[in-house]
Amino acid sequence: MADMTASTPDTTRRKGDTTLGHIVYVLRDNPVTMLAFAMLAFFLGCAFFGPALVPYDPLATNAARALEAPSWDHWFGTDNLGRDVFSRVIVATRLDLTISVAAVALSFVIGSILGSIAGYWGGWLDAVLNRCLDTIMAFPLFVLAMGVVAALGNTVENIIYATAIINIPFYARLVRAEVNIRRHSGFAQAAKLAGNSDLRVLAVHIFPNSLPPMMVQVSLNLGWAILNAAGLSFIGLGVAPPTPEWGIMVAEGANFIVSGEWWLAVFPGLWLMLAVFTFNLLGDGLRDIVDPRKRT
Amino acid sequence: MTDTSRRNFLKLTGTTMGAAMLPFLKAMPAHAQTGGTIVVVSGQTINSLDLHRTGTNRASYQVAVNCYDRLVSFGTKDAPGGGLSYDYDTIVPELAESWTISDDGLTMTFKIKSDATFWDGRKVTAADVKWSFDRAVSAGGFPTVQMKAGGLERPDQFAAADEETFVITLDRPSKLTLPDLAVPVPFIINSEVAMANATDDDPWAMEYLHMTPAGSGAFKVARWDQGQQLVYERNDAWVGGPLPSFERVIVREVPSPATRRALIERGDVQMSFNIPNKDAAELDAMDGVDVYSTPIENCIHCLCPNFNFEPFQDANVRKALAYAIPYEAIFQTAAYGRGAPMWGGEAEITDTAWPRKSPYMTDLAKAKEHMAASGFASGFEVPLSISLGLADWMEPTALLLQEAFGEIGINTQIEKIPGANWRTAALVEKRLPLHLENFGGWLNTPDYYFFWAYKNGHLFNSSNYLNEEIETLVDSTLHIPMDDPAYAPNIKRMFEIAFEDLPRIPLWQPALNVAMNDAAGYEFWFHRQLDVRPLTTATS
Amino acid sequence: MAARSKMILGRVAQAIPVVMGVVVISFLLTRALPGDPAAYFAGPAADEASIAEIRETLGLDKPLVQQFFYYVGDLIRGDLGTSLTTGQTVLTDLGARLPASLELTLAALLLSCAIAIPLGVLAATRPGTWVDHLCRVLVTAGVSMPTFFTGILLIYIFYYLAGLAPSPLGRLDFIYLSPPHVTGFYLIDAALAGDWETWLGALKQLVLPATTLALFTLAPIARMTRAAMLSALSSDFIRTARAAGLSDGKVLFGYAFRNALLPVVTTLGMVFSFTLGANVLVEKVFAWPGIGSYAVEALVVSDYAAVQGFVLAMALLFVALNLVIDIAYALIDPRIGLN
Repeated sequence: MADMTASTPDTTRRKGDTTLGHIVYVLRDNPVTMLAFAMLAFFLGCAFFGPALVPYDPLATNAARALEAPSWDHWFGTDNLGRDVFSRVIVATRLDLTISVAAVALSFVIGSILGSIAGYWGGWLDAVLNRCLDTIMAFPLFVLAMGVVAALGNTVENIIYATAIINIPFYARLVRAEVNIRRHSGFAQAAKLAGNSDLRVLAVHIFPNSLPPMMVQVSLNLGWAILNAAGLSFIGLGVAPPTPEWGIMVAEGANFIVSGEWWLAVFPGLWLMLAVFTFNLLGDGLRDIVDPRKRT
Repeated sequence: MTDTSRRNFLKLTGTTMGAAMLPFLKAMPAHAQTGGTIVVVSGQTINSLDLHRTGTNRASYQVAVNCYDRLVSFGTKDAPGGGLSYDYDTIVPELAESWTISDDGLTMTFKIKSDATFWDGRKVTAADVKWSFDRAVSAGGFPTVQMKAGGLERPDQFAAADEETFVITLDRPSKLTLPDLAVPVPFIINSEVAMANATDDDPWAMEYLHMTPAGSGAFKVARWDQGQQLVYERNDAWVGGPLPSFERVIVREVPSPATRRALIERGDVQMSFNIPNKDAAELDAMDGVDVYSTPIENCIHCLCPNFNFEPFQDANVRKALAYAIPYEAIFQTAAYGRGAPMWGGEAEITDTAWPRKSPYMTDLAKAKEHMAASGFASGFEVPLSISLGLADWMEPTALLLQEAFGEIGINTQIEKIPGANWRTAALVEKRLPLHLENFGGWLNTPDYYFFWAYKNGHLFNSSNYLNEEIETLVDSTLHIPMDDPAYAPNIKRMFEIAFEDLPRIPLWQPALNVAMNDAAGYEFWFHRQLDVRPLTTATS
Repeated sequence: MAARSKMILGRVAQAIPVVMGVVVISFLLTRALPGDPAAYFAGPAADEASIAEIRETLGLDKPLVQQFFYYVGDLIRGDLGTSLTTGQTVLTDLGARLPASLELTLAALLLSCAIAIPLGVLAATRPGTWVDHLCRVLVTAGVSMPTFFTGILLIYIFYYLAGLAPSPLGRLDFIYLSPPHVTGFYLIDAALAGDWETWLGALKQLVLPATTLALFTLAPIARMTRAAMLSALSSDFIRTARAAGLSDGKVLFGYAFRNALLPVVTTLGMVFSFTLGANVLVEKVFAWPGIGSYAVEALVVSDYAAVQGFVLAMALLFVALNLVIDIAYALIDPRIGLN
């Protein structure tokens, strides 16, 4: 963070207005963002330590105790095979976060590269790339993801690729716009005159400026990626059983709601919702942190 | 909403009796013994009104059943598990008034009912029957294959002797021919209407009949909104059987099983066709909803080890699988106890009943013994494939199998295959090393089942099983009558070989579940589609 | 004006490669789908010969390049092919199903706007207060729920438990006849026919699925309204208006809101096309006979023509919508060029 603000030439520093200080200020000013950061910490904790802490093996079936309502033994009840829903929900955190982080990271990297090239050099490269992105955007995105997973097979990797593909245009567009504005700006020209290569100017001086708005996009997309994976699971294109995953648990549990076994869908659904919720709120918080107008 | 709905409803039915089925009038006595409307929900979608057309799906077979007649039909008997069932052993007339079979069994002569008419009022003639049969054997694809099973292969086998006499000439006598005339495929079309709408490119009027049925059956199609609903309207001039009780039957497509369950439970619809096992078990315990779970004849849910996969060529490995399966847990979790167990049977085979229990049961010690005795004592890895479209029962089954096989050193990864690919991978290419399969034969004899599922190269033999003795046994048994002295010994020998070689490990015999709320008269059919003709209002 | 129409033409020209790209990608994507449609459609007891026969009638035995040219040739003649699942031409299917999806999506957006825009304005007038935070949490919660889950939950509560909603049986309960076809929008058709009972029936069926979708679309609209209102409120002309002593209401709605409307409308366009693609899942839950559920079914059985037709229709809709927005922008706002 410190690096990016340092390279933003038009922010005039005042005494005491450090980046950290600003973050603290925004957080204190906005309890919702603070809540979002706390929840993020909680989910990260689940992802790292969850599998070691859960009371039951998330894969172990127990036909004798199938479909039990929540109790002290099974906080979130058991599913139709007698597996502990609580353990499955917690253990699934790692996979779900992995899918969304990996997918977003992939689209971030590819989108940034494509966007920087198009924005910096412009010309026919820019035109071709723009048409390609338009083409992807013109697809109904969820259906495109479905098609990709159906064609490649429903493994975790392919779900990540599919989610990444439909996100690339957003990043590429953003970076292209930011780079395009700054490629002729004074600091870029100066760096160029100082003997830096195009690539270096682009990577070190221009690109970092687009990071703040990108961070917001990343955070929103993380939540969206989870929803996307859940939707794929609902139509049967999710990860293979018996791996616990929120989307699959909600999708399968949905059929049990009417017969009264609400806990099968509601708890994973709640968790999924909270995770997406966290990322969405986080995006807003980040926007406040990086938005210079908030610095007055 | 009461008033408004009633007015609209009357517009729809054109009869005051229809109001009897409306939810808000449910308390009214079912005074209308004939007339009225019944609403049925189903998760499947009807994609054509013509069974002979390429691409017509299973759900559409009901149109052939309800809107068309065949020469003959099956009788009715009480079904195990409540309700009625078709009776494979009794053939009853539908459009044919009577029939004779020559002594050598090669010539069948049918006399057509003289009062039978098509919907347009024209008399049904032998020429219509011939045209329809010619169409079935010429259309290609499934109808042609099914006709062939009964020895009906070429148009020159069919002749219209006179207006009311239809003659079939067979190449060889077969016990399957007459029953094959009662399956949905050889239905009789109004050939004049069809030919008037045929073109040079489309001599069998596939395009026309696809959207517009032209038959003589008990119901006409009043309305078809593809993907939404099919509305049947009674044909009062029907002579194929007793006049149906309902004037109108609405079959509504509702994809979500949870929604279907809510609808039937609340009584907003009178029938929910083909419901999941779990709903069947729970609705059965409820007042007001009647559930019929009929074990599907000649159908078994199986685990199939593929002989192309090296470890499964070892008989000990296959037996280890059979002993490791947690049958009871699977039957309870995947089938919720609906259907019939297919394990723990007698070792000695004394009768020809089929489907029958295998002599295997859950016995981990024995499974481990067999594993140790095999060439793969240290275990191996294999994907366990299931169909996405059948995940309802396949997924819980696969999960329990995965756990149990892990105990004897066979590590499985569950692979879900989408619908379009499933048929190709499992049945056509037969490349799945270990998978679940659920073949059910329409014609209810064990040799017919073996013909499709145990003969090498045949479609449902997805295990690539080849046994010379089975090949000759099936060939010599398939067409001989069931009272032939060779029949019973042949069948018993097939059973012995099948249970010894285990190319298909039986899990359970599935049930077709149907829930009814304020309606009665449901009859189970081997084709597992809805026959709306016998349905009545609840008699209480 | 000549320059402007030239720019519009240029913008239309830009859309052409996009449509071509969509045609190529959708063709390749469907061909990459696993499974053999011929084997699937040959039916339960087909043998090798009958599968080969069907493959030939479908033209699937030809090389890929040849198949592609056949496809493009058909497209140019306006023939989208025949869906194997429904047995009808894709054009008929889409024509029958698109109005259902559009009606649902538009109803959802209308509902969403009715809630989100006031919320956004409310939040903008009190930034940083608990009202602002509450609005933000509420709309974010809506967008955080998977739509299929919201849908099933709503059915369970309002239909199954409370009995308030009608049975989730698609566009009309079975006791009504669909209104005479004019636009394909049941609400409009029923109103045109003067059949208010059917109109009410269609409206009742629409409430739950539209609410499900609306919950999902609250966030972008509310956020954009808030942001646009904030920037409008902090601009000079508002300060001037306030200084001139105009009433708060007049300033808020007469000046600030009208200026904030433009970005909100742009967002609406984006949200609309996104929602139309995303209601795949909602349609499945509510047995809604729209194009989304059509696409899912087709994709699962590798029904090439149907998938391609759906993708193409959606892409054309998307491109057209963007064109209209861009052109409208250029016509309304002289500051914005068309490059």
